[in-house]
Amino acid sequence: MKLPPLIGRSLHRGLAPLAGENAASLVPRTRLSGPVPWVLAIMITLTVLAVAGGLALSNLANSARSDLSGAVTVQIVEADQELLAQQTQVAVRILTDNPAVQSLRAVPQAELDALLEPWLGTGNAVDPVPMPALIDVQLRDVADAQQIEQLQSVLTNEIPNVRVDAQSDWLRPVYSALSSLQYLAAVLVILLAVTSAAAVWLAVRSSFAAHRETIKIVHLLGGKDDQIARIFQNSVAIDALIGGIMGLLAGLLGVMLIGSRFAGLDSGMVAGGGLGALDWIAIAAIPFAAIIIAMLTARLNVMAALRRMV
Amino acid sequence: MNEAASDIIHFDNVGLRYGTQPEVLRDLSFTLHPGSFYFLTGASGAGKTSLLKLLYLAQKPSRGAIRMFGNDVITLPREQLPQMRRRLGVVFQDFRLVNHLSAFDNVALPLRIAGVREDELQRPVTDMLGWVGLSHRIDAVPATMSGGEQQRVAIARAVIGRPDLLVADEPTGNVDPEMAIKLLRLFEALNRLGTTVVVATHDVHLLKKVPNSLIMRLDKGRLSDPTGALRYPPRPSSPPMASAAGGDA
Repeated sequence: MKLPPLIGRSLHRGLAPLAGENAASLVPRTRLSGPVPWVLAIMITLTVLAVAGGLALSNLANSARSDLSGAVTVQIVEADQELLAQQTQVAVRILTDNPAVQSLRAVPQAELDALLEPWLGTGNAVDPVPMPALIDVQLRDVADAQQIEQLQSVLTNEIPNVRVDAQSDWLRPVYSALSSLQYLAAVLVILLAVTSAAAVWLAVRSSFAAHRETIKIVHLLGGKDDQIARIFQNSVAIDALIGGIMGLLAGLLGVMLIGSRFAGLDSGMVAGGGLGALDWIAIAAIPFAAIIIAMLTARLNVMAALRRMV
Repeated sequence: MNEAASDIIHFDNVGLRYGTQPEVLRDLSFTLHPGSFYFLTGASGAGKTSLLKLLYLAQKPSRGAIRMFGNDVITLPREQLPQMRRRLGVVFQDFRLVNHLSAFDNVALPLRIAGVREDELQRPVTDMLGWVGLSHRIDAVPATMSGGEQQRVAIARAVIGRPDLLVADEPTGNVDPEMAIKLLRLFEALNRLGTTVVVATHDVHLLKKVPNSLIMRLDKGRLSDPTGALRYPPRPSSPPMASAAGGDA
């Protein structure tokens, strides 16, 4: 009887061992078809929005802090207008001579009137309401409590009714709110990452269960855990890539829409909340981070399931 | 030590139970030598499939020791088991073909797992399928094949890698007598190449077809004829191909 060719030939050429472990393409791709790319797309859209929001808030807070870090307002309260003018000149002189002061500007009366116009009406500010004099001071360093104390002390020697305030103090509650929002964005990003990983975990488990018999056969034929895990990893990576691209595009669209709305406000403070090049790079990296998380999740899941096999 | 290393399989007082059930295999002690041909017989429920599971490393024993290719399979690190399994060829009773793969891809599976390049496996797989009479079914998936065709694909898959140990569970149960003989000849050819063959069967007529084979009989989980005294036809003058110690409890 004629032998099967492979065996017949091997009688002559000896038993060369088979080697190698590149078997990732052995088993048909366990496609995680269905909801996974869509779920990941939604998660990544939300993550992009949260990250963009968090970064914009961070930039906004940093910009405001930077602008106001050395800004101080000197306020002189005096009902007698002549005396007020004299005291203002004295204050300007003292401040100009102070080495801690980088620049200063006495706010003109017209500007003060304009500030009150919305409440008092045009031309009504000066006579019935005694207005304090205001001097905008920019310090060389941060206007911390010690600097404020020192300025207050120097000025009070000459002008009893003077008050020195760091401008950043007025925005402290705003900074606090911005910080809270930043933390919220960070927590959101973490929750979204965990939820994405959980979605992948469930999908891989379901896929693993559906292909359990195939996996057992590959296992019994000598397939390594790593080979089998790689099949799932690659499959999940493709799904995550598809979901990531969709999510990134949708997220960017959302960021741009929201950005254009804020840009329309034309507010000085909001203008500091723009995104820089590094921010955009960080946002573009989100899908890649999602792919890594998804692959890692799939690998851990499959390896844990395989370890239960003999 | 050298003797043990040269053995394909060595069972030492092996027992197997599933969960808290009574043992399905008890006190098995035997050695399978390289290049031998064994028939494993026994009534239904005697433990044949369980013993085969131990042989193809789908199960670990509840007690005792098993050495395979010189390694202790109980203590062998998990990552080394695949390399051991690649030296085995298995014909499962229920074929266990991958349903979404064609006949070609099913037969190519062990070679691909072992990392054989695509251009190197095309010819052997095609030839092997031709030899088992399935050239015309090369692209067919198992669902469209008869039981006999599936069995032949399963056998082709088991032998394509020229295993050191071939374990077959009722490999001729679904084929006609002519194909059964042909498949047995295939096993014999492999055996002549040095492959140790273990065939579990109910078919007593099959035992007559391989003259130098040894018969192992399982009875209620015990190996009742590990010495080969029941080999059929008896040839007392030839040297024994299997040895056993204490297996017949």
